[in-house]
Amino acid sequence: MKHITLAATNFRPVDGPRSDNLAGIKPIHRILAPFPVAYFAAALATDLAYWRTAEVMWERFSVWLIAGGLVMSALVALAAVIDLAFGKQRPAWVRALGYTVAVLLSLLNVFVHSRDGYTAVVPTGLMLSAIVVAILLVYSVTAGWTLTYRRGARP
Amino acid sequence: MNPRKINRTKLPRFAALFAVGVASLGLAGCDDTGGDPRVQIGANPMLPAIQQYLLPPIRIARPVPWGNDTPKVSQELQIHALAKGFEHPRSLYVLPNGDVLVIESNGPKAPVFRPKDLITGVVQGLAGAKAKDANRITLLRDSKGDGVPELRTVFLDHLNSPFGVALIGHYLYVANTDAIVRYPYEDGQTSITDKGTKLTDLPGGPIDHHWTKALLASPDGSKLYVGVGSNSNVAENGMEAERERAAIWEVDVATGAHRVYASGVRNPTGMQWQPETGKLWAIANERDEIGPDLVPDYLTSVQDGGFYGWPYSYYGQHLDPRVMPQRPDLVSKAIKPDYALSSHVAPLGLAMYTGSALPAQYRGGAFVGEHGSWDRTPLNGYKVVFVPFSGGTPSGPAEDVVTGFLDHNSHARGRPVGLAVDRTGALLIADDVGNTVWRVSSAAASSTSRQGS
Repeated sequence: MKHITLAATNFRPVDGPRSDNLAGIKPIHRILAPFPVAYFAAALATDLAYWRTAEVMWERFSVWLIAGGLVMSALVALAAVIDLAFGKQRPAWVRALGYTVAVLLSLLNVFVHSRDGYTAVVPTGLMLSAIVVAILLVYSVTAGWTLTYRRGARP
Repeated sequence: MNPRKINRTKLPRFAALFAVGVASLGLAGCDDTGGDPRVQIGANPMLPAIQQYLLPPIRIARPVPWGNDTPKVSQELQIHALAKGFEHPRSLYVLPNGDVLVIESNGPKAPVFRPKDLITGVVQGLAGAKAKDANRITLLRDSKGDGVPELRTVFLDHLNSPFGVALIGHYLYVANTDAIVRYPYEDGQTSITDKGTKLTDLPGGPIDHHWTKALLASPDGSKLYVGVGSNSNVAENGMEAERERAAIWEVDVATGAHRVYASGVRNPTGMQWQPETGKLWAIANERDEIGPDLVPDYLTSVQDGGFYGWPYSYYGQHLDPRVMPQRPDLVSKAIKPDYALSSHVAPLGLAMYTGSALPAQYRGGAFVGEHGSWDRTPLNGYKVVFVPFSGGTPSGPAEDVVTGFLDHNSHARGRPVGLAVDRTGALLIADDVGNTVWRVSSAAASSTSRQGS
């Protein structure tokens, strides 16, 4: 919320009138960023269910959820690029790196989950799901769903 | 609040987690190339340690046309096309009057349960395995026995992914993927218009992963033996989907009642009576995705009530960690198959040779049609091999009989599937990529030796 408040107060007069308008735009990727987190967190839940029950249905939920999370991650990346190009944003490297690592681990995870049978989840898949969710929780709590700063804003 | 500072302190932790994640995948030092298949042929195949993949290997042979070429045979033999222009000929059956039935079939559409299934579909398409299902049996008549059929008719049409055929007296039994259907048949008949009568249901859809149902009649004609493949690679669709699958059924011809004759056979695709002992023998396709040299496909005698390991274990008591819960009670009695054919060769045709037209060394042994691997480097199979028998058991290494299905670029001109021995004693081979039926006869005799009928 802090970023929006800053933008609304228009506290950088040096940017000129056109920039003022653009500076008021919310980063688009911020709207999308929670989706992969929700998918991957749900996959952790279904992984845990599979680990406890060995019921095939949970493993199938997991692999679709991870695949869905990856599709959403691609949209987040696309939106972040648009924000950087047109939205007067600059990258928040550390947050973006954390988010990217989580997505790459999920990419590994979707392959692990595509194995046949129990070892699609236990232990490697379950572990990867847990690591991904841990990283993304840290990210979401500390970064408020953004991967960028408004250009010129103090971090 | 200074998020940048906070995140910077987190960075080493991310790096550490990442390192743990990658290390846990066990990627380092994986060798994906299969070894010499010869160490996996025979009674005691070498079995390496299990390997699990991030990206399961896919190594398909793209189809190319035969043109005027043929498969290769040794100098003692000759080969030519009995007939061409089929739609995915999958198995063969020779009627008592010498007519050859060509079963053209390609299986039902596979459901998509996981993202992986979408990719599998594309890969099968590239390997030429996604042709339209003809669901038909074509009859070829070569009354002169010279390998040139003078009659070709549609014998039976509108079937449901047929594979096995067996004639008992004046009834022809056809194993569709979901049922055995009985048709009245008279000698010399060239087409059947009768609707047929269902003898029994067989495990079919909605998954129907291994759809082929091999069929073999008992010598006295009272029983039918049915090869029913598993509904998955290694039970990943759940054990409830495997009910009475990965088994050889014994069906009573009079009543249609069945019992599971043998179980734990992942995909029994061909069965024959061993001529010397009268015992039931079968070929089976074993599991994938645990390495280029696991698990060897096999040829084995089939014991009444025997359990052959799938999915819990392979080659006796070698446990498969992908199956949970395990069944130590079943694993402890798992029978080790008699003869390994090496890994991923995909045996889909079996013919015990009782004829006399081919050279003497082939008498009493088994021809095996190896459709060929799709998940192994280098490719394995893509040929017809011969397993010599002595005293009712295999007596030596398998030798290549028909090769040349792959060209020098490892493209598949054809893939051998079902086998049969025709009335003259020649070996027939269904080729479901080349869409041809090949006929292998003795080079010397030049198809003059007849067994009579």
